[in-house]
Amino acid sequence: MTWTNAVIQGVFLGGFYALLACGLSLMFGLMRIVNLAHGDIAVLGAYLITVVLDHWGVSPFIGFVAVLPIMLALGYLLQRVILERSLRSGVLVPLLTTFGLAIVIQNLLLEKFSPDVRSLGGDAGWITTASWQITNQVSIPAIGALALVVAIATLGGLQLYLSRTPSGRRMRATAQDPDTAELVGIDSRSVYAWGTAIAVGTAALAGMFLAMRSTFDPYAGSTQLIFAFEAVVIGGLGSLWGTLVGGIVLGVSQTIGAQIDPQYSVLAGDLVFLAVLASPRGGIFRARLAS
Amino acid sequence: MTGTLRVRRWSKLSAGFSGSFTAFVIALIFVPVLLSENATAKMTTLLILVLLAAMWNALAGYGGLVSIGQQGFIGLGAYGTVWLCNHGMNPYQAMVVATLFCGAISLPVSLLVLRFRGAQFAIGMWVLAEVAAILVSFDQSLGAGTGTSLIELNYYSPGARQEYTYWLTLGMAVFFLGVLFVLLRSRFGSSLQAIRDDEEAAASVGVRVVACKRILFVLAAAGCGGAGAMTLANTLFIEPTSIFGVNWTAYMVFMVLVGGLGTFEGPIIGAVVLFLIQNHYSSGGAWYLVGLGVASMLFALLLPRGLWGTVRDRFKIQLLPVGHQLSGVASTPIPAPAEEAS
Repeated sequence: MTWTNAVIQGVFLGGFYALLACGLSLMFGLMRIVNLAHGDIAVLGAYLITVVLDHWGVSPFIGFVAVLPIMLALGYLLQRVILERSLRSGVLVPLLTTFGLAIVIQNLLLEKFSPDVRSLGGDAGWITTASWQITNQVSIPAIGALALVVAIATLGGLQLYLSRTPSGRRMRATAQDPDTAELVGIDSRSVYAWGTAIAVGTAALAGMFLAMRSTFDPYAGSTQLIFAFEAVVIGGLGSLWGTLVGGIVLGVSQTIGAQIDPQYSVLAGDLVFLAVLASPRGGIFRARLAS
Repeated sequence: MTGTLRVRRWSKLSAGFSGSFTAFVIALIFVPVLLSENATAKMTTLLILVLLAAMWNALAGYGGLVSIGQQGFIGLGAYGTVWLCNHGMNPYQAMVVATLFCGAISLPVSLLVLRFRGAQFAIGMWVLAEVAAILVSFDQSLGAGTGTSLIELNYYSPGARQEYTYWLTLGMAVFFLGVLFVLLRSRFGSSLQAIRDDEEAAASVGVRVVACKRILFVLAAAGCGGAGAMTLANTLFIEPTSIFGVNWTAYMVFMVLVGGLGTFEGPIIGAVVLFLIQNHYSSGGAWYLVGLGVASMLFALLLPRGLWGTVRDRFKIQLLPVGHQLSGVASTPIPAPAEEAS
């Protein structure tokens, strides 16, 4: 029964990872780049929410709503000022610049907010402590369930946006072939910038859940990036629903690992990731965004 | 095309510089005799930085492989040394064996990671480094998560220890940079240049892409392992979070981007720049790392060939020639200037 519980907790943890990873997945599907600062951007979002909370004492959800426009603008600028230029210079430069950005964000956060660990668990009220008891050993944590629901809603919303709206269609066209998209009048640079803005917005949302369900510090971003990337790769690079599956597989691997011995949690996830990487298909789903 | 075109390797400048550089390296042997212990320790740090920069540049600049996981080999080199000493080996011998061990273990690792390029390779390496750090922190005999020191080095007097550490570091730096230099000047170097410029095109004319990358990968793994072992000998104490820390990669990226990605001389210059900054702002902490990150980004975006690459292109010079230079007069215009190999 404890194993069943481990799997169920893993599914909810996986929902959080999927939320963390969906921005990474979107950007990869759109521009074929991996933003190595994605985890640090999520942590930046978490810190901005703490600033709002420290000033106005509202709930983290309202804090997120207040922070979201800032994060969207930052994402837009990130693409326009940094990534756009780096995209022109081949495959190595985006990796190097976003790695540099990650180092910059981490250390600016350290300088501004001190190395102390923070958490918004207390500010969020009942939601972080409540759980539904199903049987003696199986319970569903409210925050985990909320993260999973939000992850599914975000991924579903993105999928609907991409498949049903004119703007989403432009994004898919640009993902498939930016040059041809330009020929039919699509401004690919603007599409890229909006895509990055959305990705950064979802990272901030993930940052809010990170802050509510656990503790974080200025250097927490690296681990979050690794988890997000593992989820993306396990699910199949560029596939949005694959990212959800990948997140859940990663979450379940970690909770099962932790069930064997708490110190095996991260290791188990890493090993599953490496095993998927080593497998001939290299991911459960194939890339879908462009199709 | 008629006219006299000459392909040459050595110019008067590069021959002269390489000669004086060799003399300088030989002079470096006498550093511990001439300078104080403190200065010797600093020179050891500089040599470690040079070695790290050259190895990371070998991967990224010539193989097109951006690794965020070389700290895995740095950590294994350091902890491998501790483990061997715990099992009765002489510390300096252990450093060499641990270096070779890193090269050996990188072979099976390369079978997994060299299937990938770009971000998958980069983060795949990062995860492998994290796995290595976790596994090391499980081992109580290696001090687990709290760190360990190389007590066997206490059998030497501090002065002798600093001298031996310096000489072994110098030996390793000269060896690994020397091997890289010879490799780049061989047929292998031309293959690498082809891979760097266009992997598919290189493969289509018969360059054995994966084999070439594997040679670089093993060389870089051993070099980073050696740098890790020497860092342990130079600082005497290590802990998993710092020796396996991703900051190592931040340093390597900075040195290579500032000096010049894909040039032989660039990383050496980058290492000197980082060394000078470290000595100047040693207490800088967070701002120091912010500066390194900003500089790396600016160089990647605005000056992708780095300091040395820019100077070299402007003045058409090579000091340590690993490529060929085309000179002479052509009676018909040459369609495109031949890219300098480096």
